[in-house]
Amino acid sequence: MIDFSIILAGFGGQGVLSAGKMAAESALIEGKEVSWFPSYGPEMRGGTANCSVVISDEPIGSPVINEPDVLIALNQPSLEKFEDTLKPGGIIIIDSSLVKVSPKRTDIRFIPINSSEIASELGSMAYATIVLLGCVSAATGAFTRDSFEKALYDVLPERRHHMIPNNLNAFDKGAEFAKQ
Amino acid sequence: MAVVFQKTKGLTDKPFHYCPGCMHGIIHRLIAEVMEEMDIIDKTIGVASVGCTYNNYDYFSCDMVQAAHGRAPAVATGIKRCKPEEMVFTYQGDGDLASIGTAEIVHAAARGEKICTFFVNNAVYGMTSGQMAPTTLLGQVTTTSPLGRDAETRGYPINVSEMLSTLTGAVYIERVALFDYKHIQEAKKAIAKAFRVQQQGLGFAMVEFLSTCPTNWGKEPIEALEWCKEKMVPQYPLGVFKGKDLEV
Amino acid sequence: MAKRVLMKGNEVIAEAAIRAGCRHYFGYPITPQTEVMHYMAREMVKHGGTFVQAESEVAAINMVYGAAATGERVLTSSSSPGISLKQEGISYIAGAELPAVVVNIMRGGPGLGGILPSQGDYFQATKGGGHGDYRNLVIAPASVQELYELTVKAFDLADQYRMVCMILGDGTIGQMMEPVAFKEQEETVEVAKPWATTGMHGRQKHNTITSIYIDPDDLEAKNRELQEKYRQIEEKEVRFESSNLDDAEIVIAAYGTCSRICKNVIRQAAELGIKVGMVRPITLWPFPSKEFARVADMPSVKGFLDVELSSGQMIEDVRLAVNGKKPVYFHGRMGGNLPTQKEILDEIVKIHKGEM
Repeated sequence: MIDFSIILAGFGGQGVLSAGKMAAESALIEGKEVSWFPSYGPEMRGGTANCSVVISDEPIGSPVINEPDVLIALNQPSLEKFEDTLKPGGIIIIDSSLVKVSPKRTDIRFIPINSSEIASELGSMAYATIVLLGCVSAATGAFTRDSFEKALYDVLPERRHHMIPNNLNAFDKGAEFAKQ
Repeated sequence: MAVVFQKTKGLTDKPFHYCPGCMHGIIHRLIAEVMEEMDIIDKTIGVASVGCTYNNYDYFSCDMVQAAHGRAPAVATGIKRCKPEEMVFTYQGDGDLASIGTAEIVHAAARGEKICTFFVNNAVYGMTSGQMAPTTLLGQVTTTSPLGRDAETRGYPINVSEMLSTLTGAVYIERVALFDYKHIQEAKKAIAKAFRVQQQGLGFAMVEFLSTCPTNWGKEPIEALEWCKEKMVPQYPLGVFKGKDLEV
Repeated sequence: MAKRVLMKGNEVIAEAAIRAGCRHYFGYPITPQTEVMHYMAREMVKHGGTFVQAESEVAAINMVYGAAATGERVLTSSSSPGISLKQEGISYIAGAELPAVVVNIMRGGPGLGGILPSQGDYFQATKGGGHGDYRNLVIAPASVQELYELTVKAFDLADQYRMVCMILGDGTIGQMMEPVAFKEQEETVEVAKPWATTGMHGRQKHNTITSIYIDPDDLEAKNRELQEKYRQIEEKEVRFESSNLDDAEIVIAAYGTCSRICKNVIRQAAELGIKVGMVRPITLWPFPSKEFARVADMPSVKGFLDVELSSGQMIEDVRLAVNGKKPVYFHGRMGGNLPTQKEILDEIVKIHKGEM
């Protein structure tokens, strides 16, 4: 049974809110229950943003997560803020191009990915969060590559559909890291 | 026998409750006559406000909505946006429009709401018994300015017509008086012009009426008329403040 | 089943209103309900409707009053401080018996408070809020799907009873995204409105909309009419969801977001061998008092735990209904904080052990 939660956190503009939405959209395509809850208000103006995504086979209780199974951190403050809340045995994925420290916890799985570098090689920083989503998919099975692809077609306006191959490419590169 | 005068169909048969010498009755009749002459009684929705005329929904024979204190322009906005083909007017006093309802009147005018506002300025709160209004003259004695309005502690009168005429959305603003037959006829023309402005969808229109309140001024009706002419007009000059050249 | 789409609660409110035939929206920006406004600003044009960004919440609710007077379906939305400003208009709408839907996506108070989720406006919503002897029909959805269905329903109820129907949610429900399945066609109830001020157009008598009754006998008669209407609503419109009540030892009372958190707690408690049930009021007024009274009489039930995002407001209605038959304990968080499952579970364990 799938029932777990992800916190995605970073600076405003890095795309954490839309990445969280993509994760939820992908799982929704598989018929799972999903919820997405953003940080909102002045906090966003201050430059940090995060969202909580819950994916479950059962109706979801709280959309607000106290103990995530997965933390995706795109900056150092986010890692510091959420590291302690992670469930034992959980996964921390960071963009190691931007976060230069490692978590202190030893009871978790730590996957650093130089996703910003990979994204820039693919031609757009927008792919950085997609790399990280690929890793989440491969490491947890919360949603498949197939449903991610379908979600891209659903969510992206047609004029952006030419970006789908690169999105999938980024996704696959992220998935590789989960296998290491 | 030839009928030379009859009551306008714009009013119901309910007798007015206004004090002797009060001008609300005249203003009601003028508005009602204009509605009848323009044949719009059947397609007009009026908004009564809070003050002596709170229940003029019983007097006007068109559909009427009673609004909270100062909110008539907002209520009228809601009505007009739902029923753009109908004619919508508000009837407000100086406490209602120029004190508690300043935000609503300013923004209705600024949005260029296609409504008419009939603003009755008698320089005092009538219904609650003679308190100082935003339009009370300097030196004027009221129950809340017993030594006369002093600018130091009670500020200055507000000239609403002048203020609203600075707004682009307000297309027709005129101040009229009612102290003789000539002025009453001019007031009626102003009402008709305001309705025509609305009919043609040009924007916000307001007619300000200088009026008397013999009861709270403590004056005989005739004396009150004189006071209005001598004291109020210098502070509130008559004339068209916006839309003078407007041909409607 | 219709396709499920991922949507934000606030946007679903707006979409539901449009689907219910609402074509007039008046509002003023405030976090965390602003997306209702954004959606309406975008969509009303496409539906030939009205969108007005008012100069204040006070003006917005009075525009609602005017629009409702013409018999049109009308919506305004705001959050706690803005809803306080609307209370004057809400009281007038109650007095004039006009139908309107008002949404409150609550944030922490008092005063300017914060912008994060709260249920601190329960008293305001259910006990009056404005002046005078009146009620609002208050509905508290707990999911985005329910937010959609109950917002549509709110328009029917408002029309049927000629009163404010309030959707009361906290910031969580407004801000979260969840799947929602829209019906192909809404089944809304058409209510005739011969009282509306639409312009007479040949009607014999002019209609007047007013809330003023200067004669004390008239005003008392009006109040008796209103109270009679409210009694009918208490009979007919109570909505709640009871779950896991068989052999329940402890029964949670929670609505909206809190009830969702508690659902998970119930599962965790079961793993510890503690049988926990829940009564979730869906209408906060009328309150499901009879259901609480019934559950209080169940021999298995040792006590109640009321969980709220407040210092304890709904608990007063729970206690009135339980009427001293069983103890009613409380757990609440304030300021925008949400209780964790663990906090609530700890309380349950304590109650179960008799440590409270």
